[in-house]
Amino acid sequence: MSKPKVFEKPVGVKDYLPHAVSKLRQIESSVLSCMERWGYDQIMTPTLEYYDTVGVASSTSDQRLFKLLNNRGTTLVLRSDMTAPIARVVSSLLREQPFPLRLSYHSSIFRAFENEAGRDAEFFQTGVELVGDASAEADAEVIALAIASLQAAGVEKFRIAVGHVGFLNGLLEELLPGRAECQGKLKDYLLNRDHVGYRDQLGRLGMTEQVQQELKGLLRLRGGQEICTQAMSLTPNATAQESIRHLCEIWDVLEAYGVSEHVLIDLTMIGDFSYYTGMTFEGYAADLGFPVVGGGRYDNLLQQFGRPAPATGFAVKTTRVLELVGEEQEAPRRILIGYDGTGRERALAEAIRLRGQGAAVVTARMEAPGIRHGEARGSEEPERTARRLADGESVKFGGLVYGTFLPFFDGNQEEGDER
Amino acid sequence: MRTDGRTEGDILKVAMPKGRIYKQASRLFREAGLLINEEVDESRKLIVEVPEARMEFIMAKPVDVPTYVEYGVADIGVVGKDVLMEENKDVYELLDLGIARCRMSVIGLPDWKPVINPRVATKYPAVASQYFRERGQQVEVIKLNGSIELAPLIGLADRIVDMVETGQTLRDNGLVEMEEIFSITSRLIANRVSYRMKNDAIQSLCDRLQAALGAKA
Repeated sequence: MSKPKVFEKPVGVKDYLPHAVSKLRQIESSVLSCMERWGYDQIMTPTLEYYDTVGVASSTSDQRLFKLLNNRGTTLVLRSDMTAPIARVVSSLLREQPFPLRLSYHSSIFRAFENEAGRDAEFFQTGVELVGDASAEADAEVIALAIASLQAAGVEKFRIAVGHVGFLNGLLEELLPGRAECQGKLKDYLLNRDHVGYRDQLGRLGMTEQVQQELKGLLRLRGGQEICTQAMSLTPNATAQESIRHLCEIWDVLEAYGVSEHVLIDLTMIGDFSYYTGMTFEGYAADLGFPVVGGGRYDNLLQQFGRPAPATGFAVKTTRVLELVGEEQEAPRRILIGYDGTGRERALAEAIRLRGQGAAVVTARMEAPGIRHGEARGSEEPERTARRLADGESVKFGGLVYGTFLPFFDGNQEEGDER
Repeated sequence: MRTDGRTEGDILKVAMPKGRIYKQASRLFREAGLLINEEVDESRKLIVEVPEARMEFIMAKPVDVPTYVEYGVADIGVVGKDVLMEENKDVYELLDLGIARCRMSVIGLPDWKPVINPRVATKYPAVASQYFRERGQQVEVIKLNGSIELAPLIGLADRIVDMVETGQTLRDNGLVEMEEIFSITSRLIANRVSYRMKNDAIQSLCDRLQAALGAKA
């Protein structure tokens, strides 16, 4: 590759200019304060972790981790999710704290070699982990909180799809007992969203027509609570039945929360099997081609850090929400204080007083408005004075517009001396 | 980014492949009972409203269809398996439409013998690389954009990987099909979000198409 040009950045990373940052901060703070109202305490963990601990435990595949070496030759990773670092903290620093633990975070996440569209190498996630509670209540709590978070972020039209990895595992074990390889193939097709390949594969497994029909029917198991009833009748397998009962209970809790209208049960939706152990869910917003929320239950992660415990959680993809939500209300207009050598002391004292009251104040030494000193010498030359705009209130100075102008100049103290 | 999501209702945005596959796809859609005016077939517009079927067609170059669908600017699309295999996008592959049937094959001269530095010319570099890698053969893949059959005739490559429909072009140029890699038909694909947000419209389209396909079989 040729040497980068001076304005270039590595592929997949972004700059956020003031306008975008203020929107991002607003989303971040509304979502975090929503999580706080649900009893989740915010934590921060480092950007760098060891590859052999957090890197290996994370759900991110190896080639998608950013790896680097420290000065001793140990492999480090840039964190690729917050779940594994939180599992490390829960098992070490918070070891003495009793379960359940409710933790929230807002953090930048790094993933390399993303060839899927709409994915960045660095992006923001705001999320929670509920550790030490295996109940359906806990799963429903994180789903309901995901819904509340999207609403707090200002996403108006969205839908949550909920599935359960146990159902598919149980169903396949029932219909293809002991044929792990076939089961794996079918799961791979579903994981890759290839329903055509899944149906073709069914035809090649030498199953009875009835079994094939049942497995094909799986692709239609999407909808409301009635899906649970349909799924129940599909298999007597204990794992599958247990999973469906768990989903039914989640649904009941979500109904009690009054949010089930946003939820769709989808038994074809399966997360990464090596990571998720129970309920999984994804959130979709109208007008955005990619999911905005992802989450689920991961009961095997914490034991890798020495404190086995069930856990469930989700993350809002904050950077994507940014594309969705409208403009924030106009920020309160800033005050410009202009002064010259004589007015400086009073001007800066006034600025401090106003800032103390919460106003945003910019101070600038300038020439008193109205005084002209020769011609402007090109566009890079700083402006020498503020110009009043047509509304009589706001002024323009240095390319920016201010709502109020307070002058402190020799000879027109009366304007700045009102107090 | 689309902004008027609410007013769209359940109008499906369909990325349709321009050219060869389009006619077969629109015929199949009609067989499934969708009211698609014949005028649409002749139109040269890039975005065609099909209000009777509650659809909007986006006329795309076939190889771009998965891209439109992955980004969600189209909810669903019709595209050949060859393109899906080559582009490897994150979309739902819902239905085998059984149209535009052909196959992806390795092709060479009848007297082909293993060479020291094997070179394979193709329009499908990802498909070709994967195929030979899985067979433990290290080959140099050369991307060409058309008239792939030329490559073995003039010595650019010793074999090619290309789509074969009737095999007539191959016979006319004295080439033979050596191995079939996979068979190709057009597929109905869907965006991950649309698949959930427009679940009813997409499922009912699938059902109607499946019924039409069943009637033909």
